[in-house]
Amino acid sequence: MKNGKLIVVWLSLLLLTAYCLPFTAKAQIAVRGETVWTMTTNEPLRDAVVLINNGKIERIGLSSEIQIPANYRVITAKVVTPGLIDAHSTVGISGYLNQPQDQMQIENSGAMQPELRAIDSYNAEERLIEWLRGFGITTIHTGHGPGAAVSGQTMIAKTVGRTIDEATIVPTAMVAATIGNSALQSGGRAPGTRAKIISMLRSELLKAVDYNRKIDDAKGDAAKMPTRDLRTEMFARILRREIPLLVTAHRHQDIVTAIRIAKEFNLRLILDGVAEATQVLPEIKASGFPVIVHPTMFRAAGEAEFLSMETAAKLKQAGIAFALQSGFEGYVPKTRVVLFEAGVAAANGLSFRDALATVTIDAAKIIGLDARIGSLAPGKDADLAMYDGDPFEYMTHCVGTIINGNVVSEVVR
Amino acid sequence: MNILAKCALALCCLSLTAWAQSKPQAFVGARIIPIVGQPIENGVLVIQNGKIIQIGARDAVKIPSDASTVDATGKTIMPGLVDSHSHIGEVAGADGSAPIQPEIRILDSINVLDNSIQRAQAGGITTVNVMPGSGHLNSGQTLYLKVKDGRTIDDLLIFDKDNKYMGGIKFANGTNPMRPGGTGPFPGTRAKEASLMREQLLKAQDYREKIRRAGNDKTKLPTRDLAMETLAEVLDGKRMVHFHTHRHDDVLTAIRLQKEFGFRMVLQHVTEGWKVAPEIAKAGVPASIIVIDSPGGKLETVELRFETGAILEKAGVAVGFHTDDYITDSRVFLRSAALGVRGGMSRERALYAMTMANAKMLDLDRRVGSLEPGKDADFIVLSGDPLSVYTHVLQTFVEGTKVFDRSNSKDYEIATGGFGVKSELHAHIDCFGDVAGGNQ
Repeated sequence: MKNGKLIVVWLSLLLLTAYCLPFTAKAQIAVRGETVWTMTTNEPLRDAVVLINNGKIERIGLSSEIQIPANYRVITAKVVTPGLIDAHSTVGISGYLNQPQDQMQIENSGAMQPELRAIDSYNAEERLIEWLRGFGITTIHTGHGPGAAVSGQTMIAKTVGRTIDEATIVPTAMVAATIGNSALQSGGRAPGTRAKIISMLRSELLKAVDYNRKIDDAKGDAAKMPTRDLRTEMFARILRREIPLLVTAHRHQDIVTAIRIAKEFNLRLILDGVAEATQVLPEIKASGFPVIVHPTMFRAAGEAEFLSMETAAKLKQAGIAFALQSGFEGYVPKTRVVLFEAGVAAANGLSFRDALATVTIDAAKIIGLDARIGSLAPGKDADLAMYDGDPFEYMTHCVGTIINGNVVSEVVR
Repeated sequence: MNILAKCALALCCLSLTAWAQSKPQAFVGARIIPIVGQPIENGVLVIQNGKIIQIGARDAVKIPSDASTVDATGKTIMPGLVDSHSHIGEVAGADGSAPIQPEIRILDSINVLDNSIQRAQAGGITTVNVMPGSGHLNSGQTLYLKVKDGRTIDDLLIFDKDNKYMGGIKFANGTNPMRPGGTGPFPGTRAKEASLMREQLLKAQDYREKIRRAGNDKTKLPTRDLAMETLAEVLDGKRMVHFHTHRHDDVLTAIRLQKEFGFRMVLQHVTEGWKVAPEIAKAGVPASIIVIDSPGGKLETVELRFETGAILEKAGVAVGFHTDDYITDSRVFLRSAALGVRGGMSRERALYAMTMANAKMLDLDRRVGSLEPGKDADFIVLSGDPLSVYTHVLQTFVEGTKVFDRSNSKDYEIATGGFGVKSELHAHIDCFGDVAGGNQ
């Protein structure tokens, strides 16, 4: 009996260790790929090795040049890419059950609530996070969705971790806003028109200008600081260019409106969706603002009815910085898979490398994390995806995913 | 141009088309995937009068001397895709007044000028089962269509040997037809769903019995009842039941009803079919499955897997795929099969599922679904492997008439999207260019 108990204790300890292992152990791994897309150069490396140590990439080079240390676990794959980045998602906030209790992307009590933090509703154990991880997606920029004039904050998480704290890498990434029909209220509630959305937004920003002035005038004297106001505080941070404003706008006039407001208040703007981008390419290009374009296979309906599978290619041709996204869906699929979206972009005018960049290095740049993720280079996070063929081909499988130097997925998906 | 001149021109065009059709046309040099039989490298497909007249390897087919030839070297030709479950044409079936409305005909609702029809052509779909929705236990009669360029629904209908337009009927169970907490006529539980269906089918059995007893005596016939008439066709096996069902227990409920009443059935969606694959196989009913990019969206689809097709295939179930357009986009229908292969299906069965298997579900396998002499000249020309993401549908032919051509700028725009793509009705009867532009 006593022995039995001891065994149970030992077993529990073992199980606990095994459970915690993926999140704590910093294994030394060598990933050897027939083709390795580092995204630091235009061409991939052929027969190359990525050495991983202590969660970071230690070294990359051709197999002929790198001696794999004896204690490294060796994993081989046909194709190796940086861990994929979904530049705009609602996963973890908008759950796969699609029931009222797991749809946290929109709070309907107010039109403008930038104070709503994504970290206060992110569900790290959401099934879709595991689903995406199985396709090689290692980072998601997620949070409050389109569908309110200012819906709330977004965050950036690795697709791993049992808790929000384990997952999060940027707790407040952007503030999400929408210019378009989905932000409009009915029954006399504001905003009821596009012009009203903008007048409300400008009023809030003007309030924040005043708030910032009071802070400046206080010169660090706590007694002279304005009374804290969570909402104005966030608009004030946007004005101080600490946080970008992510504006979902599909219609061409709404895209131009977003640019107009960003110029007026000198905001860091990231354009999102932009189904009709091709109507205003020169204006987007001249603004210098980056774009997170609609998923290639997004439904051509409503305000996005004029989207094109070629929008991504046309943004590229115009020289506009952009990334792909999975976007938000009210019904199915509860998340798209950016790997598939990039594949369809590659089949519709983008080169393979440019398409891969939309879900790796270019996405990293737009979410402000290119120093840390998005390419395979020494010192960067060891986030890798492994495939048994061309990653974009439908019949290829993702055969492994590494995040922060840990093998977090070995399902064949 | 005045209306009269347009009509004259249209007539002229029609007769020109007929003339062009009567002359054989040979597509030469493509890799041909006939679905029935092995792929043919460097093959020849000869069509005439809307039918396939010859198919085979280049050195085995004697191309008729009067045939016009089309060089299809480097291309892949396969049968037009059959979509066993779609909602193209802006359709709406039963309304909110009752959960069982078999008398409703989707025929009376379809807009053939909606550009969803052209998206289907762009995706290589040549035959489609257009269905009413799933918010009812029975939302009405479905319609089997050829995805032709039509001005009216009559141009798209398919007729059976009795010259009756063809279609099935839509049944559904699970959460969609439920209105929990409601006080109206809709069911609130699964058991109630089954009982309401059984009740109606029993009534239909009575109705059918009255007709049988009346024999040739018309005075003894029951008063015509549109709903009962339709369900009697179901009981007679003349109208295929397309049963929307997701969860494993709902799948078994559908099979239980089918056994009790002996109707013919296709399981539709079958998200959790992988859990009851042996039972589906044993029941001998085919399954048309949907492929969605991620699980969930509603409670009964949280266990969606890419492996469903493979598991059903291995169990011996006849598997098909469908778009459920607008749930998935008709333009990328081929990716359903490709993702099925990703989940473990064989290439052969996945392509069969897009064509012959679906054709069988619609009782149309003698006319469409494979490339064989005597069958309708419904085929697609592809730029490469049908299952590759990089492959595009280049041309779509229905009964020998080209209904989609990626090299045509308007068709290209339908295939990829773009500004204005939906605001115009691209009614592309070629001679009617100015009508298509909406300049009338």
